Amino acid sequence: MTAPVISASSLDLTFQTNDGPVHALSDVNLDIGKGDFVSFIGPSGCGKTTFLRCIAGLETQTGGTLSVNGMSPDAARRARAYGYVFQAAGLYPWRTLEGNIRLPLEIMGFSEDEKKARVKRVLELVELAGFEKKFPWQLSGGMQQRASIARALAFDAEILLMDEPFGALDEIVRDHLNEQLLALWARTGKTIAFVTHSITEAVYLSTKIVVMSPRPGRITDVIESPLPKERPLDIRDDPTFIDIAHRVREGLRLGHADD
Amino acid sequence: MRSALPIATVVVVIFAIWTAAVVPMNIHLTADLAGRQDIAVTPETPRERQEVGAISLALQNTSIWGMTYTLDRPNLPSPHQVAAELYKSVFTVAPTSRRSLIYHAWVTLSATLLGFLIGAAAGILLAVGIVYNRTMDKAVMPWAITSQTIPILALAPMVIVMLGSIGVQGLLPKAIISAYLSFFPVVVGMVKGLRSPDHMQLDLLHTYNASGPQAFWKLRLPGSMPYLFASLKIGISASLVGAIVGELPTGARAGFGARMLVGDQYGQPILTWAALFGAAITAALLVAAISLIERKTLGRMGMRMAA
Repeated sequence: MTAPVISASSLDLTFQTNDGPVHALSDVNLDIGKGDFVSFIGPSGCGKTTFLRCIAGLETQTGGTLSVNGMSPDAARRARAYGYVFQAAGLYPWRTLEGNIRLPLEIMGFSEDEKKARVKRVLELVELAGFEKKFPWQLSGGMQQRASIARALAFDAEILLMDEPFGALDEIVRDHLNEQLLALWARTGKTIAFVTHSITEAVYLSTKIVVMSPRPGRITDVIESPLPKERPLDIRDDPTFIDIAHRVREGLRLGHADD
Repeated sequence: MRSALPIATVVVVIFAIWTAAVVPMNIHLTADLAGRQDIAVTPETPRERQEVGAISLALQNTSIWGMTYTLDRPNLPSPHQVAAELYKSVFTVAPTSRRSLIYHAWVTLSATLLGFLIGAAAGILLAVGIVYNRTMDKAVMPWAITSQTIPILALAPMVIVMLGSIGVQGLLPKAIISAYLSFFPVVVGMVKGLRSPDHMQLDLLHTYNASGPQAFWKLRLPGSMPYLFASLKIGISASLVGAIVGELPTGARAGFGARMLVGDQYGQPILTWAALFGAAITAALLVAAISLIERKTLGRMGMRMAA
């Protein structure tokens, strides 16, 4: 067993708000290994996004320890250890697709040849080759989100943090993107942490499913998926799949039982 | 071009109202003139006519309506008189002549453009300061707002006289008044524009560990462009107003303001109106020029225009 890529122990986070303190994360313990695909699922306010933001160094815990690649999250951020995909694609409207994917590369100071090669490679990876010169408004929502994934992949971080990236898309597009994401994960071997509202999406994608519940945000169940790595879309009708989905649903209900 | 018809309608209505207003506005003067030329008018004496309102006098003397449009020194010049004066002072005299409106336009325009450059630059710099510096955020904005509540007509003579007393004359004092009027919309627009990127956009740059200058040049500045152009359009017309106002209090000898003043003081309203229209046309051209640059710039940035 190699050392985990992301490791949280007794993690606590309390926000001070005008309405008093909000206990966003309480006693979160979790290890994410290299190459894992981990989904975080739970109702709004369970702290799944907050946990992701902690890993990204966008929030700082108030208790416990969290390490990313053996460093503090902030050091990992400065070392550009991860790519972050937000719920909205957030492409710059004044940049072409190519320009948008160049953005992190410009900031990180890659050479011109390197930029060109990387843009080409990641656009192929998300099946957007040929759309380099298009502006975001010329693309569909699904294509924009794929472009934002390409942007997060462009600088080859080993970790991909995804915060409900497909939440705003319709189910047909979402199915397609889920398939593509699995293929991409298989090809690149990245470690992926993925926040979602959808039980199906969580079970379909993940090697490990983390069920969370609110007030205070905490982990109620961690499920290691026995599903094979190779997953056609109709695996969702498989009894094993349905069993896991059932356990996730139970976990979500349990989290709600005590409030 | 879909907007051509509505615009034409408004223009036609304005000219119709103007044309109709010429008769009652000038009827007393016309009646006096007609009386001196032994044309019958009712009532007959100027004293009696003073007692009668303009509209009823006009209704009693429909035969002299034609003359109201051709007075040398009318209360309200008719559209064709203004057009003729504009034509004469633009096309029939050399642009270097003092009687050329082009000459006066250039005098005002040079102050306007210099003032606009100063004002826009100051506005952008102040906006950057306000967005990046908490103290400036708290301190500058109230003063900027206060500055615009002082009537420029009160302030302009003070600026001209004070600068004159230390030997600064000509273009610069007018440009400073222009800048004073034009920096404000630029500050307001740019502050809003530089703050337009949302939290997610800023978080994204944070995940790249981008520096402050990188966030400015790659996100905040390009994001502010639509706001900047909207305020530049307001700013440049304010600049022109500033330059004209700057010409009024000191009896400047050239410029639209001077021309208006001359028309007023020597009882030549046609001159004043021609200068007024010259200024309006200049303002329209300036705003159109900014719009053109806006279209080109935002087009190159791949942004669709709102209209």
